[in-house]
Amino acid sequence: MKKIILSIFVLIMINFPASADTIRMGTEGAYPPYNFINDDGEIDGFEKDLGDELCKRASLTCEWVINDWDSIIPNLVSGNYDTIIAGMSITSERDEVIDFTQEYIPADPSAYIALSSGNKAAYIGIVAAQTGTIQASYVASSGATLVEFATPDETIAAVRNGEADAVMADKAFLAPIVSDSNGELIFVGTDVSVGGGVGMGLRESDSSLKDTMNEAIDAMKADGSLNLLLKKWFGEDSSIF
Amino acid sequence: MSCLQTISDYGLRSLGIGERLLPKTDITICEQFVLIGSGLFWNIYFAIFALSIGFISAISIAIMKNSSNRFLSLIGKYFIFIFRGSPLFIQFFCAYEIFVLFPKIGIDLNLIFIEVTLETRWLTRAWLGALIVLYLNTTAYSAEIFYEALKSIPKADIDAANSLGLSSKSKFIKIIYPNMLRFSWPSYTNEAIFLFHATSLVFFSGFPAWGQSGDALYYANYFADKTFNPFIPYPIIAFYFILLTLVIIGLFGIINTKLNKHLPSDLKSKTRIKINFIR
Amino acid sequence: MFQYCTDPSILSQFKWFSCYLTSGKHISFYLSFLIVISLICITAPISLFFGFCGSLASRSSFILLKYTGLLYTNIVRGIPDIVFFLFIPITIDQILEYSRHKIMCPEITESVWRGTDFLVCSAAKLPLNSDPQWIHSTYSFLLAILSFSIVFGAFASNTISGAINAVPKSQIETARSFGMTNNQVYLKIIIPQMWLYALPGLSNLWMLLIKSTPLLFLLGINDIVYWAKEIGGSKTSIFKYPHPDWRVWYFLGLLVFYLLVTKLSEIAFKKISNKINHAT
Repeated sequence: MKKIILSIFVLIMINFPASADTIRMGTEGAYPPYNFINDDGEIDGFEKDLGDELCKRASLTCEWVINDWDSIIPNLVSGNYDTIIAGMSITSERDEVIDFTQEYIPADPSAYIALSSGNKAAYIGIVAAQTGTIQASYVASSGATLVEFATPDETIAAVRNGEADAVMADKAFLAPIVSDSNGELIFVGTDVSVGGGVGMGLRESDSSLKDTMNEAIDAMKADGSLNLLLKKWFGEDSSIF
Repeated sequence: MSCLQTISDYGLRSLGIGERLLPKTDITICEQFVLIGSGLFWNIYFAIFALSIGFISAISIAIMKNSSNRFLSLIGKYFIFIFRGSPLFIQFFCAYEIFVLFPKIGIDLNLIFIEVTLETRWLTRAWLGALIVLYLNTTAYSAEIFYEALKSIPKADIDAANSLGLSSKSKFIKIIYPNMLRFSWPSYTNEAIFLFHATSLVFFSGFPAWGQSGDALYYANYFADKTFNPFIPYPIIAFYFILLTLVIIGLFGIINTKLNKHLPSDLKSKTRIKINFIR
Repeated sequence: MFQYCTDPSILSQFKWFSCYLTSGKHISFYLSFLIVISLICITAPISLFFGFCGSLASRSSFILLKYTGLLYTNIVRGIPDIVFFLFIPITIDQILEYSRHKIMCPEITESVWRGTDFLVCSAAKLPLNSDPQWIHSTYSFLLAILSFSIVFGAFASNTISGAINAVPKSQIETARSFGMTNNQVYLKIIIPQMWLYALPGLSNLWMLLIKSTPLLFLLGINDIVYWAKEIGGSKTSIFKYPHPDWRVWYFLGLLVFYLLVTKLSEIAFKKISNKINHAT
């Protein structure tokens, strides 16, 4: 037994040669079309395409990691991965604890959806939002009753089954759900812009990675490839740079 | 902000009373203590109601399982098997997903004096839905404990009661019930502690937190996520739970002494309750 | 999986399901059952070992060891296990990385806690950033095993302490009168006898262990609960197999799985205890 413990200890303490430049990309995998797990069990979506392209341009090797939304910032900070690329809007509150690259999706409005058969003023009733999102804090301070769910999918389910009157989320996430629902779900209220654009989250101390990524995003903005990606995943009339 | 101010702002936050927004930046230890403590309300609420209602149904289920009627005994057996054989966590998820499928209606209930509208949508709220799951769960576990106790009541005691010509009702009240309780009390104490601990699962399962009102662990987790430092909120919640567990042990110990007080001192089972983690 | 799965939207219901249930995602779901089962099988012996150490420590005459053992044995009585599961992995991770940081990067004098960051030098990372994903998954799985073993070791320590106390005193006294040393008494008398008394408690612990595996989900491991939630949720047409919210079916499936496992364990333990009772 002693030997086993010792060898485990040695294994943990030993220094494997590290090839540098591997970047671990943390994402949620539950927010289509931003990022999701496709039917083959692989990460897919706008941010997967974008992340791979950015890594290629910066000649970095990238590994994708899935992490729950509610612990996505703590796990970045404690070093389980190096970036958050999960549709995270840049807010001053988050900016205090982590750093952001420049935005790779322009500021997009948030919207409410509700059952078409239900209350038209649903957005001031019971509103579902995902825990820890800008929409959740917006709803909490808007006067509506906030119900929090751990995943975006559960917020939609809550409206479908009458649990909540409305959902608030990024419009780009809600749009395919509304168009898929055969008129069951509709947008209600007016769009609200609650946050800045979406950027890649990084540890405050990782300024060199931030510069590298900013450069790569600049390059993609300049040659129009970022706009192409935006159109591919968010539709022709999505806001572009 | 002084700590007293924090107590008046957040002391009843878990009930939705007080400051609407939770602290976000510059979180003090006082705020963590107060909010996590406020969340304990739900843990205590779930534990008290599930245990007290569950106690009565557990006795009925135990008697059912012990009955000579095969049909009743099978029902008792399967009820206990389903709730003891699967994880509480999965039971929460299943129950929530089933409850949301219910049509959202109100049922008017006429209770002679007042008319109450029961709403099925309450089932998806933690205060009712999770309580039902916890209640069924503790019923199954306690029923098994009581059933084992029923089996171990000495045959001689029952024979003596029969020879005295007691009716089956008074036989149950005078002989079976007190003996069953006495035999099962140490294990039942154990079950009460486990159930109390299990209440912290509620807001981690399917049941959503309404208006950020949750139990102690919900707030502890909130702080751990906000401050990125698990070393303060989790020890605080551990402190609260140890304190309340000691209260449970104390209360159940007093009842145990009462249950055993008629016995000569050398037969008394030790007042110190031994916890065996039979769950 | 099948030839005809290329365009699921035109398939008949039966074929659609045969494709749906064999998609890559479902394969991951099925494999995650193996994760749960292997967690149980690995954790059980380790926590038994921890339990032994705990109960022997709490019976030691060396005061410090005794109280450490008693603290370990009793701590699970007061605190819900889920609190441990949320707390232990991150603590162990930070301790390991901190000690590696001290050993490998002595030249960095700055504190590892900067603001809200916990920063160790990149060579001290566990696992290293450059390691392939399977090492990362294995590492978090090992952390989970360790957390489960620590918690269940404490439970086992209780059971074993109780069983040791249940060994008839007369036997121990007899052994002493034969001139056995303390160690001999433990090895020859107490430990072989104790199993008989510990078995009911340990079989309960095994059940408890099985029933706490869904908590793996809270440790960020992609276990059966994670996949049931992920696959069961409603899917828009961006997916190959769009469907409404089916989570209730997936969770009922998990319920059946657990009932099956506990039933099988129950039967197995009955056989073992019959054998032991027969032998004595």
